[in-house]
Amino acid sequence: MPLLEVENLVVEFPTRRGTLTAVNDISLHIDEGEVLGVVGESGAGKSMTGAAIIGLLEPPGRVASGRILLEGERIDNLPYEKMRRIRGKRIGAIFQDPLTSLNPLYSVGRQLVETIQTHTDLSPTQARARAIELLTEVGIPAPERRVDQYPHQFSGGMRQRVVIALALCVNPRLIIADEPTTALDVSIQAQIIALLKRLCREHGTAVMLVTHDMGVIAETADRVAVMYAGRIAEIGPVREVIKNAKHPYTHGLMGSIPSIGHDSERLEQIPGSMPRLTDIPTGCAFNPRCPHAFDKCRTVRPDLLPIEDSWTACWLYDGEEGRNKEASKKLVAETKADAVLEGNNG
Amino acid sequence: MVAFILRRLIQSLFVMFFVALVSFSMFRFVGDPVNQMVGIETSIAEREALRERLGLNDPFMVQFGRYIGKAATGEFGISYQHKRPVAEMLVERMPATLELALVSAVFSLLLGVPMGVYAGLNRDGFISKVLLSVSLVGISLPTFLIGILLIFFFSVQLNLLPSFGRGGLIDIGLWKTGLLTIDGWKSLIMPSITLGLFQLTLIMRLVRSEMLEVLRTDYIKFARARGLTNRAVHFGHALKNTLVPVITITGLQLGSIIAFAIITETVFQWPGMGQMFLQAVTTVDIPIMAAYLMLIAFFFVVINLIVDLLYYVVDPRLRVDTGKASGHG
Amino acid sequence: MADTNMTSGSGFMDGMRRFFDGDIWYSFTRSPVTMVAAAITFLYFFMAAFGPLVAPHDPFDLASITLLDASLPPAWMEYGDPRFLLGTDIQGRDVLSAIIYGSRVSLLIGFASVILSLILGVGLGLISGFVGGAIDAFIMRVAEIQLSFPSILIALLINGVLRGVIELQNQADLAYAVLILSIGLSNWVQYARTVRGSTMVERNKEYVQAAHVIGIRPVLIMWRHILPNVLGPVLVIATIQLALAIIAEATLSFLGVGLPPTEPSLGTLIRVGNDYLFSGEWWITIFPGAALAILVLAVNLLGDWLRDALNPKLR
Repeated sequence: MPLLEVENLVVEFPTRRGTLTAVNDISLHIDEGEVLGVVGESGAGKSMTGAAIIGLLEPPGRVASGRILLEGERIDNLPYEKMRRIRGKRIGAIFQDPLTSLNPLYSVGRQLVETIQTHTDLSPTQARARAIELLTEVGIPAPERRVDQYPHQFSGGMRQRVVIALALCVNPRLIIADEPTTALDVSIQAQIIALLKRLCREHGTAVMLVTHDMGVIAETADRVAVMYAGRIAEIGPVREVIKNAKHPYTHGLMGSIPSIGHDSERLEQIPGSMPRLTDIPTGCAFNPRCPHAFDKCRTVRPDLLPIEDSWTACWLYDGEEGRNKEASKKLVAETKADAVLEGNNG
Repeated sequence: MVAFILRRLIQSLFVMFFVALVSFSMFRFVGDPVNQMVGIETSIAEREALRERLGLNDPFMVQFGRYIGKAATGEFGISYQHKRPVAEMLVERMPATLELALVSAVFSLLLGVPMGVYAGLNRDGFISKVLLSVSLVGISLPTFLIGILLIFFFSVQLNLLPSFGRGGLIDIGLWKTGLLTIDGWKSLIMPSITLGLFQLTLIMRLVRSEMLEVLRTDYIKFARARGLTNRAVHFGHALKNTLVPVITITGLQLGSIIAFAIITETVFQWPGMGQMFLQAVTTVDIPIMAAYLMLIAFFFVVINLIVDLLYYVVDPRLRVDTGKASGHG
Repeated sequence: MADTNMTSGSGFMDGMRRFFDGDIWYSFTRSPVTMVAAAITFLYFFMAAFGPLVAPHDPFDLASITLLDASLPPAWMEYGDPRFLLGTDIQGRDVLSAIIYGSRVSLLIGFASVILSLILGVGLGLISGFVGGAIDAFIMRVAEIQLSFPSILIALLINGVLRGVIELQNQADLAYAVLILSIGLSNWVQYARTVRGSTMVERNKEYVQAAHVIGIRPVLIMWRHILPNVLGPVLVIATIQLALAIIAEATLSFLGVGLPPTEPSLGTLIRVGNDYLFSGEWWITIFPGAALAILVLAVNLLGDWLRDALNPKLR
């Protein structure tokens, strides 16, 4: 049984001018100890998916349909108090900006201790000892002294280490890391990613790593989901998706990573920008920007289909132009939703 | 931190200096002090002699310097109207005003903060909306009208509370207090509600909007993501972060409560400094007006310094690096 | 140069159009409270403009006032007289008519002092933001100090000083001017601070720099380029200040340093009527009080709505 399963998740935002669908029918799963990367441009719905999983969608956003299961137990419809006990204890979270994630008025020790004491029966002294231990673990020098200092006395990178300590402090099984390095200096980013990767491997913690940085994904993730306009465009093992990208959008994303060695080549760019949630085109949402779009793409929305080792929602791999015509048709008919979860492992 | 406090002290001195200049200019140039002091039958020579004796012929800066020197030792001249030293009159009436201001301030804080927190946490709740609408009505009602309405209901119609004066007073040295008798407290109820209602609505609205602001921040989101209880998130994290702006505004409001007392004291014939100031305005009794202005400025400056010190208690960012502290001017 | 004139001439209209465009009208039609407040405000303006035509009686026409009608309660009460809907005061004046005339006076002074502080505040704000340096520092320091005192205290001080300067026999004639000056001078700070802020932002934008380079006079730049951009916030402040100015006038008149009983504003009416509260003639003071409260509330609601409509973030 996977650690986390998301089935046909739909997240909606009712607004004055109609309901926006920020996440549209997404299914994915994360296994124990696995790192799933979620990439896409801002507004693709990746952060929204993360927020839905920890049950902290900002009102008026809400899960309109679908299910979220943690270790087989449904968590998307839990009452606030039950969900609160899961947050921090079984699912941790790391947010984008370490500068604003910590309460400026309390020492980092106090924030660690209160989190530890919320979820365990440790005494104040034990909790404090654990806090110092955690600071050591995330690589903060002189933790006995630092524990009583305030967030503004830490640098950005150090603060993100504190945030990681906070997310890990009662050993959750899953961490949702939402752009954990975006706000940091490039030189610090690699350190933080390495730290996160090491700690999660040591603790056997699974990670859902939300980012728009393909480079981070390539370095860290086991599998990757590429999101576009609220839907998954392609999902599969990280090597397959990077080396053998199927969806034209993923191709485009790869093109926008600068790689050493090919310095003569121009950095490729995807023309245009992602549609606003208010006017998502019919058919494949990517069709106005897609170099390969044809008539069908403009009218019928593609579903995720297994192509080689990954799953892709693109008509190029179906119908007359498709390579796997027979195989994919059969699979779609047989498996549908469940298959999305199972088949991805391959 | 010492540097910061010093800086604020110098700023305060500048404010006091400026106010002293205004108040001295009033004193010196509005009407002729000599004319106010002597009868019509006084000869021009005698007037000139008096003028010389009072030093009114000295250069402006010399006179101003003398004025400041005297003010610093608590001497504000003689009232034109009452022919008594202004300082003496102010001291006599200060307890009444300070007691009224203090009780109103406590009243508005004790009710305003919890109401604001409630309205911030339940922003779409029915009670919050009622509180908010009522508070708008509260802001729209002029102070004196609130006083009149209270008198109309509780004194005229129900005959429950006294409509004027301070009730029974007890002497503690120089200080005549109304806080030690039941009668005195009964007399305080309506004036302090009248005076405090505006501040109450203001504090409530401020706390509410600050709460809403803070609840949107990342660290509150992160606190929730860590699974902290609602109580810890709301009162431990959110409320504490609203305190800095709330302390600022409340501090300023306390200063203005003392000044706003002018209106309340008039409605309830409360024998305080405000009432005296108003009489001075009607009779153009400049020494009293000038002294009152200085006194209010002094209260204001002191309260501001206290507010600055409170920042240090609340916000650790100010405690360490004085360099950044200037942002909280 | 002709080209610059064209763009800057329409700059003002642009500002106005931007101001009334967009969500503002939409949010107005969606808020019943605001519509009621607007209707009430309009009613008051109408009464103020056409007071003598609308009022059932002329409270200042001594010939039509008789002591026989004195202290009549409102029409619906026992001993009430249908001629006097809201009763009469102790001299036999119709309270409703007095309220209509009084609102006229209150609104007049309110508007005049708002305009005075607006001109003063916007002017000083523009200078402060545009010129900068020592002048800016001085203006802002004074503003800061003035802001730390309640405006009613400032108004009272200015009032006292003005009456010390003016000869006694002229004081009754100049009561209007004294009031407008004391309220107007005590409320300029908000405008100045807001306008200064926006001016500093605008000043550094390229089109202003460009205008500067072509040699357009600073006054012209301020008038044509910067002013239109600060109109929105200024209008919001002015609306809220109108309510405050009406309260200030009423308060000063109530405190006895405003308008004399011969030319009563709402505040004066309340002051005069207050003496009869205890003898049971409550309507002489309560009705003008209610009229004042409703007017201020309506204007405040309009101001609140306007602020939210222009600045959705503040909600």
